[in-house]
Amino acid sequence: MAEVQFRFRNDELVEDAMVTVDAFGQQANASAVRIEPGDEPRDLLPHLERLRLVEVNFPAFTDGRGLSAARILREAGYAGELRAVGDVLVDQLAALRRCGFDAFAPEVPLNEDDARAALARWPAAYQPAADGRAPLWALRHGQGA
Amino acid sequence: MYVYDQFDQAMVDARVAEFRDQVRRRLEGHLSEDQFKPLRLMNGLYLQLHAYMLRVAIPYGTLNSAQMRMLGQIAAKYDRGYGHFTTRQNIQYNWIRLEDAGDILADLASVGMHAIQTSGNCIRNTTSDQWAGAAADEVADPRPYAELIRQWSTFHPEFCALPRKFKMAVIAAEADRAAMRLHDIGIRLVKNAAGELGAQFYVGGGMGRTPMIAPPIRDWVPIDQFITYCEACLRVYNRHGRRDNKYKARIKILVHELGAAEYTRQVEEEFAHLLSQGIEPPAAELARIAAQFTDPPFETGLPDSMDLADPAFARWVRVNVSGHKAPGYAVVTVSLKPAGGIPGDASAAQIELLADLARDHGFDELRVTHTQNVVLPHVRKADLYAIWQRLEATGMGSANIDRIGDIIACPGLDYCSLANARSIPVAQAISARMAAREDEIGELKLKISGCINACGHHHAGHIGILGVDRKGVENYQLLLGGSEGADCSLGTITGPGFDEEGIVGAVETATEVYLARREAGERFLDTYRRIGMAPFKEALYG
Amino acid sequence: MKLLTGNDLKSGAVIWWDGTGWSLHVEQAADVGGEGDVIAAREGAARRVVAAYVVEAEGTPQGPRPLHIKERIRAIGPTVRPDLALRPADPALGEWVI
Repeated sequence: MAEVQFRFRNDELVEDAMVTVDAFGQQANASAVRIEPGDEPRDLLPHLERLRLVEVNFPAFTDGRGLSAARILREAGYAGELRAVGDVLVDQLAALRRCGFDAFAPEVPLNEDDARAALARWPAAYQPAADGRAPLWALRHGQGA
Repeated sequence: MYVYDQFDQAMVDARVAEFRDQVRRRLEGHLSEDQFKPLRLMNGLYLQLHAYMLRVAIPYGTLNSAQMRMLGQIAAKYDRGYGHFTTRQNIQYNWIRLEDAGDILADLASVGMHAIQTSGNCIRNTTSDQWAGAAADEVADPRPYAELIRQWSTFHPEFCALPRKFKMAVIAAEADRAAMRLHDIGIRLVKNAAGELGAQFYVGGGMGRTPMIAPPIRDWVPIDQFITYCEACLRVYNRHGRRDNKYKARIKILVHELGAAEYTRQVEEEFAHLLSQGIEPPAAELARIAAQFTDPPFETGLPDSMDLADPAFARWVRVNVSGHKAPGYAVVTVSLKPAGGIPGDASAAQIELLADLARDHGFDELRVTHTQNVVLPHVRKADLYAIWQRLEATGMGSANIDRIGDIIACPGLDYCSLANARSIPVAQAISARMAAREDEIGELKLKISGCINACGHHHAGHIGILGVDRKGVENYQLLLGGSEGADCSLGTITGPGFDEEGIVGAVETATEVYLARREAGERFLDTYRRIGMAPFKEALYG
Repeated sequence: MKLLTGNDLKSGAVIWWDGTGWSLHVEQAADVGGEGDVIAAREGAARRVVAAYVVEAEGTPQGPRPLHIKERIRAIGPTVRPDLALRPADPALGEWVI
């Protein structure tokens, strides 16, 4: 399994055993889950209190379903680690961060300089998402600089 | 019109830097072509038949003279002296070097332009009515709402890897001048009895290999919730649109397979949830944008009468000039369809002349139409003769808007790597042959695509032509009865296809059936709808 | 015969494998036989070509002529802009392409 290369959290790395979304509801002691592109992230919402790690798999970076899954979990209040794994590339990092991912374990490790540049690229964001960043319209109208 | 503030400018500047860096990583070998391709497409850069092609966004088809001038300068400096206006109100250049792309984007950014999301599986440039702000029949100017969509959709982090491309259009009149129902999402702004503004949503339209007219999804979305509703529509699509088959990945297939009712139910559920998420820009932001789309300072007391003694000018006024909401003013549609010419192409000099005309006579504003022409939306009638003379002198004086020579044509096999047959030579032959009969025939919208992807809107032509590859030879199918307007309909194939010479004759034959059978006041489309396919088939194949 | 074609990565120009390198001119293209995919992979990895693929062609006294019209248009330029063709003054061009 790929190493976590970037992590934007201060708590301890979660090493709990990973189960599927289907199994998570039945396994009352599970605290880590792996979401595949076709999975229903809302199935996890009744169990948020015991969830410590959500790994979202991107088998291909062109499949954006995991972006919706991440936002849905953050919108429901999930505050644990949200880790992107699989075909995670430099040029997707900024969007992944905005959708609420706070850890990245790319299948192929990324160039550190390129990744840092990509994460620092955008001076602002046009729309609200899951990263708490104030959208441009809020900055323009003095709500949350 | 909308002018970038420091925030917008910072975003496009960051995009230029990002793309320069992506190109660098590609050239240095850090990115494979498979990785780079989606990135360059999100910036409008294709690899086409002869070279890279760059598609530049013209948001809702509106631009000022400085922007238009820059488009001409780019054609001269980085391309081969011309550009091609597209059916999505954009412009594309055919001979771009990857090494120059960053510099071109920087030049564009200097006038508040870009190529963001002009291709790729993301929300594309939002289109609108080219007469917005000038048309007498609109309930509101649709452009502030299109601008809100532009901002919401730009670099939207959740919707940057959709199943497929996503096109939106916004109109605000009963008349549809933007093919609204042939978009992934079509929005019509309407007013209720209380005078409040709302949005009608049509979702799941499109052309391509499976043409569909978008069904209505909701009759009324309060205007202060319409971005949230867009977000709900997109989220359902991003999560459930098909990803197993590229040809079934557009939202029209999802809406069709689920049924409009079930798709709507899912959207409504997501919408109810998203309303609590603070998605919607505040009224103050809409007001800030709308304040930039106020009327130009129209003079009052201008005469509506014109000296029409010159018959060529009088004909141009009759065909290319439309009514304006302000007395003494008119809307001019400049035809980029000279008889025998390449539809939608304009030379650098022509583009710069259009910029001059807007500066000198048009409150600095221009529009690009989905029919590949250019509009001067606010012109004093007293200036029309001078404008026409300058257009005539530069090959842009054709009086043929919505006539048979005003052909929509995709680039086809002359430029496009997806095409199966050439479109442009067919358009050239038809417009050359039929030019003298345009007045006799009247309104006839002819649209040509060089492959099934339908960039030339052939399904929506009164007469449509689809180029196919028949065992390595170009062949052309004829369709009749399509319309992109408020009476939206999809054309029907007449029968076996024709070769290049044969299709030109077939179009002429179809117009002759119409001329022989029409009743008073009928357009080609009206006659076709009344008499049906049989008489045309008989004349074509009998 | 089989030709290998693609686009120059930096400029985007249409190029043809001539046996030792890339040429802008289809008449200089070499018959790659069964080696096309190997050359394409090697040249692509070296970032000298992008989107390379093999096309069928016939030998003529003037050199190879691709069998499909699409490749002939690629070789010369848009048929509607002969002024932009690789050899703009050549009157035989139209016949060669169509």
